[in-house]
Amino acid sequence: MVQLLTKHEVRPSAMGIETNQANIMQSHNFNLWYGDHHALKDINLEMKENEVTAIIGPSGCGKSTYIKALNRMVELVPIVRTSGQINYRGRNIFSNGYEVEELRTKVGMVFQKPNPFPKSIYDNIAYGPRIHGIKNKKILDEIVEKSLRGAAIWDEVKDRLNQNAYGLSGGQQQRICIARCLAIEPDVILMDEPTSALDPISTLKVEELVQQMKEQYSIVIVTHNMQQAARISDKTAFFLNGEVVEFDKTDIIFSTPSDQRTEDYISGRFG
Amino acid sequence: MRYIQEELVMKRMNKRLISNKLWKFIFIVATSFALISLGMLLYRILTQGLGFLDISFITNFASRIPESAGIKAALVGSLWLMSVVAPVSIILGVSTALYLEEYAKQNKLNDFIRINISNLAGVPSIVFGLLGLTIFVRLFGFDKSILAAGLTMSLLILPVIIVAAQEAIRAVPNEQREASYGMGATKWQTIVRVVLPAAIPGILTGSILALSRAIGETAPLVVIGIPVILQFLPTGYLDTFTALPMQIFDWAKRPQEAFQHVASAGIIVLMVFLLTMNSIAIFIRNKFQKRY
Repeated sequence: MVQLLTKHEVRPSAMGIETNQANIMQSHNFNLWYGDHHALKDINLEMKENEVTAIIGPSGCGKSTYIKALNRMVELVPIVRTSGQINYRGRNIFSNGYEVEELRTKVGMVFQKPNPFPKSIYDNIAYGPRIHGIKNKKILDEIVEKSLRGAAIWDEVKDRLNQNAYGLSGGQQQRICIARCLAIEPDVILMDEPTSALDPISTLKVEELVQQMKEQYSIVIVTHNMQQAARISDKTAFFLNGEVVEFDKTDIIFSTPSDQRTEDYISGRFG
Repeated sequence: MRYIQEELVMKRMNKRLISNKLWKFIFIVATSFALISLGMLLYRILTQGLGFLDISFITNFASRIPESAGIKAALVGSLWLMSVVAPVSIILGVSTALYLEEYAKQNKLNDFIRINISNLAGVPSIVFGLLGLTIFVRLFGFDKSILAAGLTMSLLILPVIIVAAQEAIRAVPNEQREASYGMGATKWQTIVRVVLPAAIPGILTGSILALSRAIGETAPLVVIGIPVILQFLPTGYLDTFTALPMQIFDWAKRPQEAFQHVASAGIIVLMVFLLTMNSIAIFIRNKFQKRY
């Protein structure tokens, strides 16, 4: 029994990037329209457990739309229609009876612009657990500390948990948002250009954090910064005009891409 | 070859500077019109009314003798009226605004509703009075009671509160809602925990300003047929009552000169009432104003 457990725990890091970790999210011929605009065309992608999947592409290529489809955030836009499937652990998230509230506790999201609530740091982190019914102060305390540690910001804020999160710098705010996302103990973390509003040092911290977090979570990150994708991701998908041009291991995409358009994009010829 | 030549520029310079100053002067004159007439109004009311304004003016009932006439029944009546108008109009108004902003889908019907709520805010108050007379006084049989008048006044200011609350709700950044939805919160949880706390200052400010309009409003009360001379205080919501503007209107239309001064004293009481409410609104707005 003990052996089994250890074996299981060791597995992800021992096997590394190379292999057949389980699919955690998968899209099959996924299409999306904003009104008449066909924004995503037959997207087929697989996201694996404990990997960082980067989505790159020029503005308007559908990469943000796609990541927002993964937790059905895209449905907040009233004119959206979809076809095809996106599966989370084998179950189509668009199927009848799959409640978005349930999906979003498993598939958390970090947004482009740091968006903490105008509440204390503590209340920001406790927001998720509270909406899911945790009232016990002791448990909340533990979740807050664990999440802030998980987002590598505990030491910076532990003495001022009752201060408003708006008093923090942009980079700290974004890590608070990451901690807030960790507090609901998700399985997958979606990050929509999480560093585009941050300075280089804060960006570096978030990137390091992403590297640490993939030990426990599966991460999908949209970025318009190709170096960032190259630094932190295991797999990279290149989107263009709503289609996946190429999806492969990151080092292959950035060294020997098989599609000419990918090569043009990563070498800076457009986008 | 330059198109903008110095000669040409200098030739028109004087003319441009003069018209610049002229327009500034015109705008100052326009502003002073409002300020001067307000000043004159205040001066007249204060000089006429202050002589009659003392404790007995507040504690006495209306009287045929100007010296012993008081505003007690009207003041208490207005407070009773507010105790109906405030909860009814704020609860209905904020609920409507939440529905329109957070729940209603964007379609022609809802656009039509939105536009017409704004239009409703411009309907003359006497029309609301007639509505109140037909529905609350006669159909529901509330007679000339606090309840009938309060519900009528609520209808009158409802559009104003709805529009103010809609704007406050719309001002909450969408990123805040997304953050909440992104953690699996339902719409209701998001509204209660994120949208309303952020929108409350704006909602309260708009509501208080709307309530102060209701306090000063006379026409609907006249149409409903609220009496002006009462020698007793109401004891329940189905009792009849009188209100500050009704009392002032009654004094002002009497032939005796002295009653004009009593009316001025009444206006001072009403204005103190209004200014206090408006100050509270401004205080709330400044204190809770949040930047995102």
